[in-house]
Amino acid sequence: MAAEELMSKHKTALNHERAFDEERKIASRVKQRRGRNRLAHGLFFLATLVGVLVLAVLLFDIFQRGWSYVTADFMNNFASRFPSRAGIKGALWGSIWLIAITAPLTFIIGVGAAIYLEEYAKKGWISTLIQVNISNLAGVPSIVFGMLGLTIFVQILALKKSVLAGGLTLTLLILPVVIVAAREAIASVPNSLRHASLAMGATRWQTIQKVVLPYALPGIMTGTILALSRAIGETAPLIMVGAATFLAFTPGSVFDEFSALPIQIYNWVAQPKEEFSNLAAAGIIVLLVILLTMNGLAIFLRNKFQR
Amino acid sequence: MSQLAEKKNFFRKEKTWREKMEALIPGFLLLCGLLSVLTTVGIVFTLIKETASFFAEVPFVDFITGTKWTALFSEDQREFGILPLLIGSLQITLGAAVVAVPLGIGSAIYLSEYAPERIRRVIKPVLEVLAGIPTIVFGYFGVTFVTPLLRDFFPDMDFFNALSASIVVGIMILPMIASLSEDAMRSVPRNIREAAYGLGSTRLEVSLKVVLPAALSGIVASFVLALSRAVGETMAVTIIAGSTPSMSFSYLESIQTMTAFMVQASTGDISYHSLPYYSIYAVGATLFVITLTMNLLALYISRRYKEEY
Repeated sequence: MAAEELMSKHKTALNHERAFDEERKIASRVKQRRGRNRLAHGLFFLATLVGVLVLAVLLFDIFQRGWSYVTADFMNNFASRFPSRAGIKGALWGSIWLIAITAPLTFIIGVGAAIYLEEYAKKGWISTLIQVNISNLAGVPSIVFGMLGLTIFVQILALKKSVLAGGLTLTLLILPVVIVAAREAIASVPNSLRHASLAMGATRWQTIQKVVLPYALPGIMTGTILALSRAIGETAPLIMVGAATFLAFTPGSVFDEFSALPIQIYNWVAQPKEEFSNLAAAGIIVLLVILLTMNGLAIFLRNKFQR
Repeated sequence: MSQLAEKKNFFRKEKTWREKMEALIPGFLLLCGLLSVLTTVGIVFTLIKETASFFAEVPFVDFITGTKWTALFSEDQREFGILPLLIGSLQITLGAAVVAVPLGIGSAIYLSEYAPERIRRVIKPVLEVLAGIPTIVFGYFGVTFVTPLLRDFFPDMDFFNALSASIVVGIMILPMIASLSEDAMRSVPRNIREAAYGLGSTRLEVSLKVVLPAALSGIVASFVLALSRAVGETMAVTIIAGSTPSMSFSYLESIQTMTAFMVQASTGDISYHSLPYYSIYAVGATLFVITLTMNLLALYISRRYKEEY
């Protein structure tokens, strides 16, 4: 009897010890897993920081090189062989002309296409065709759009190397982006508003014009401005279309030759002299200031009218 | 007879001028939409037309198997083998992938699974700004900062080289991978995560064993899309990697990509409708086919392998 008791006691003790052992193992494994988690957390955070850090270094490097070159003379002079006399007036005005052509065209065509797809199109092969096209065009390299512009606008439509040819090329380039953004904005208009308007006897177009568009406008504007800021920084398509790098005048009409900020910057980057490299940095500062202003405006619109 | 017609129209109101005008509007809007189709047609037409003129003079087999590209040399020394340009583009794309894929997926996991809301709200816009920096600026940054830095480690590296360009292009496509992958991961339903946490998983285990597999199709699609952008990247590569078509696949030497050749050829003064001019289109058509294939592949992956919940 006593022996049996002793045996069972011994067993329990053994079990306890085993359980304790197991517990310790689990504890150490949990610790290991937690440690791995912490390590991974740190690595993921570092990976995220790389992007932020590169942006900071890039901006610092460019401002440090170019800031002292951004002067009134720099803004008011045309391109020159002498670094001390070179400026970006021609390029800046070229870019302004480009935007003046691109902005209204992309807005009207982009919003038009978006309204069609969201408000009028029935599900069918036409709307599928248009949608597939838009998503494919968004992935076509910008330089290919440049070739399209070179053949269709510069040669077949005989616009020559004009600012109009450049503006039209950029319009086609950013159109998919604008259409997608405008569609999202229009789709976000609550259906109850449309129904209310139609129930009051408004026609379909009146509803779109007076109810849908005003509601969607901030979203549309944000998308359009962001797309335009992409157009301003585009270089490759303009090179293909034949933007000039050395102009001593600003365009007087849409049929004149033109330069543009990124083209001028590229020209300076390609020069061997150190001063030109700093001029390029100065040009980049002007370009970035315009871009950041546009982005800021877009964010402001988004926040102010966000519902 | 006329009475009958009048009766039929009794309930039909005469259309007002406004209604007649409105009937035209959908047509105009459809035209706007069809412009995108027209653009695609225009691109294909352009490329086919000019490329056909190219292949009338250069045999297609020579073009895709030739190992020498000297399109801008004088007439008797010209050779049009696209392989060196293809290898150049491939080199940059691979190099960019090595940089951007691990960093991009790390950022995506951090932003989607780890980051507290207030950090997310700071980092997301910063990545958006990075994505919005024009490629010409990255090109400048590459030659003035990255290349000199790298030359401290590899003293005998060429000033124009593929390594520096790969790193810069990698940084350029990083925000795209990060944000598209993050979208894919965030769209994984909450309850799957909760279930894994309920079983005692750590955050890392939930991320790698639950969220990542569930979002895999979107993540892989983001890689393909970003790499397709790397193939089509133009200005940064032109400025940083140089203009020496090369078969060597060396990252320390100057190379030339397809896009860089197109820029070099169009900034030089070649006349319209000459053989070098047509060669731009032949290279452009090759580029278009490659990027289109990659984009369609990305679309296929994200549709075909999408997990439905």
